[in-house]
Amino acid sequence: MIEHPREKWLAYGILIVGTVVALYPFLSILSLALSEPGERPSGFTIPTALNFDNFVTAWTDGHFATALTSSAIVCIAVVVGTIVLAIPASYALANARGPVLTLIGVVMLLGLVMPYEAMIVPLYNMFKDWNLLNTWVALILPQIGLSLSLSILWLRSAFSSTPPSLAEAASIDGATRMRTMVSIILPITMPAVMTLATLLFLFTWNEFLLALVLIPDNANTQTAPLALSFFAGNRRTNDPAVMAAAAVLVALPVLVADLFFQRKFVSGMMSGGVKE
Amino acid sequence: MRISFHLRQHGWAYVFIAPALVFYSVFVLGPLAKTVQISFYEWDGITAATAVGLDNYVRAVSDVQIIESLGHSLVFFFFYALLPIVIGLLFTGVFARTQIRGLTFFRAILFLPQILSTVVVAVAWRWIYDLDGPLNALLELVGLGDYSRAWLGDFSTALPSVGLIGTWVMYGLCMVLFIAGIQKIPREIYEAARMDGAGMFREFMTVTLPGIRGEIMFAMIFTVTVALRNFDIVWNTTSGGPGDSTKVPSIFIYQAAFITRDIGLSAAIGVLLTLLILSVTGIIIATMRERD
Repeated sequence: MIEHPREKWLAYGILIVGTVVALYPFLSILSLALSEPGERPSGFTIPTALNFDNFVTAWTDGHFATALTSSAIVCIAVVVGTIVLAIPASYALANARGPVLTLIGVVMLLGLVMPYEAMIVPLYNMFKDWNLLNTWVALILPQIGLSLSLSILWLRSAFSSTPPSLAEAASIDGATRMRTMVSIILPITMPAVMTLATLLFLFTWNEFLLALVLIPDNANTQTAPLALSFFAGNRRTNDPAVMAAAAVLVALPVLVADLFFQRKFVSGMMSGGVKE
Repeated sequence: MRISFHLRQHGWAYVFIAPALVFYSVFVLGPLAKTVQISFYEWDGITAATAVGLDNYVRAVSDVQIIESLGHSLVFFFFYALLPIVIGLLFTGVFARTQIRGLTFFRAILFLPQILSTVVVAVAWRWIYDLDGPLNALLELVGLGDYSRAWLGDFSTALPSVGLIGTWVMYGLCMVLFIAGIQKIPREIYEAARMDGAGMFREFMTVTLPGIRGEIMFAMIFTVTVALRNFDIVWNTTSGGPGDSTKVPSIFIYQAAFITRDIGLSAAIGVLLTLLILSVTGIIIATMRERD
């Protein structure tokens, strides 16, 4: 294919502008966070010295050690719980036919576009009745339920694309369904499972509305985004640099995960939707 | 007879699905059904609820504030869905004609706004729009200092300012999606189009656009759903203010449920929002689906 150098430069130019715009807001709070406490940088100045005082203030005043721990626990529980439930369900939907199963499959996909807004009142009342408000459990259980839709859509297509001969061979050798799934099919679909796990981690880590509703007043179980929201909304701590430092702290785990799993995040989020 | 055969053949499948189905029923379907039920009652969450029929729905669709908040959603639809998709498509025309190196690198950074927590995004943009923030500093720098203001606190600028945050969150996703879609279009089709003398515009309309139809559909569903919900960013930047100038239905749902304790009304708006999202998604799928 003949490429015009001018078009090539135009394409790179657009990409570079696009990436600068995408990076700028994060870089601007990073530079604000690294500035001298009390000093208000005008927005374009690059800090001359790295100063971590704002991070220390944010860390201690905002209880982010507890919040990050809460987030990690909730994320791990949701990811593991969702995957353990979704694997057998997806395997069944990929391998068995019937009108009832088809109906179940369709109903389980509804959650993909269902707004949490339409569920918060009953969820709040339910966990209040169970005396579980302000606990991790209240955040973990509904998020597992809501994550099942995406997970089943995802894993069903992964399981469907495995060659049927593999499962047949296993069943001739006398393996049960469960055994075939666990020791034949799962190992070859592991990449798809891992991609799903990273996506679920990302969504769970960033979930805000559910946390706001179900953990309204217990600083010991608040997740990181919720703690940040309260911290940033609190007028007494309204020092923009400390707020910026807090935001960087909350973003950090996701950025680190992004560095490691970058391909999975991007390709995962894209192929998931387009495949439908 | 037939049922027993089906069960012998596929009975194991029900056992495999059961745990997930139970979970889904208790924590998704159950609450949804309950919301529908509550929407027919007047309830403050404490005293006994009284059945009021469709009253909450009538109040919801005749409340000026709620109608206005839907208008705000329409503005967000422009900023969160339309604008990013148009930006993505405009640039896609350029990418169709060149091979890009280092795409993984660009992809990772363009995706950053999607990966960050919405609360982090809100905090970052609050600073950008701050009276002492970078935007006003830039205006000062180029001699437009007269225009500087607290962008999120001003009645005339709050709504588009929050909207632009959505554009920022979404444009990278659209670009990355469309670029990926283009690379799946066989090169020969482009060669053939060029042989026939197609210019950049004709080539875009006849080759690129149909070739990335699936990606466009996904981008539309995703961005429109977020635009119609849009709780997180509004809550963490303006909480609906100043006044009601950035209020959206999901803010009403939260406030009616937990602050003004008009729980039936909150549920009714929740049901209406769900129906709206489902029908918009349905329309997108029906019109964008391949017809062959």
